[in-house]
Amino acid sequence: MKVKYFAWVRERIGVAEESVEPPADVRTVSDLIDWLSRRGETYAHAFDRPKVIRAAIDHAHVKPDATISGAREIAFFPPMTGG
Amino acid sequence: MPVAATIRIQEGDFDAAREIAALSKGRTDIGAVVTFSGICRGSENGEPIAALTLEHYPGMAEAEIGRHADEALSRWPLQGLTIIHRFGRIPPGENIVLVVTASSHRQAAFEAAEFLMDYLKTSAPFWKREESAKGTSWIEARDRDDAAAARWTRS
Repeated sequence: MKVKYFAWVRERIGVAEESVEPPADVRTVSDLIDWLSRRGETYAHAFDRPKVIRAAIDHAHVKPDATISGAREIAFFPPMTGG
Repeated sequence: MPVAATIRIQEGDFDAAREIAALSKGRTDIGAVVTFSGICRGSENGEPIAALTLEHYPGMAEAEIGRHADEALSRWPLQGLTIIHRFGRIPPGENIVLVVTASSHRQAAFEAAEFLMDYLKTSAPFWKREESAKGTSWIEARDRDDAAAARWTRS
């Protein structure tokens, strides 16, 4: 699946998007954050306050317990500050 | 006839007067047009800023704003709706966002515009970074914006 990062999450990780193949036991958005956090220091830093991180699956906001099965694109970002 | 919202996510500026005219020109069923323009301030928390840079999530920005536009059209009797949100570098004094709502009567136009702005603030995927003499920093989301959006939730 494709993973995208925005704003300071993107800056901390150092890439805007990448393809990942998490193992089968990574079932939810929250599991994916934990799994990504273990990929290295930049990821651990980006996700060091998991409660602040917002997520979207295929362009729609989701909660941390949302299942990622079948997702084409998952995005992680800080709370939005548009408008 | 169902009303279709006009939604644009663009880097360039917009002209609010032209957008109002485009919504209402040649029509006699519209009795009220409410316009909200969000403009880049020259200071943030008392500190002068050089510009804001807005990052956005292409694709989701259109989808998310579209969902809120559809909700506004279903909740209020609107005869026209235009939403424009800019991205990229925006210096103080320039436009950031525009919401134009048209209806037969003012209450629907006022309420729908306020509803849309409250949701644009908290759920449209845009992030503001400020440039100042101290460097650049991401603007933090404010709890009061979440509270403003929450009051529109239907129980």
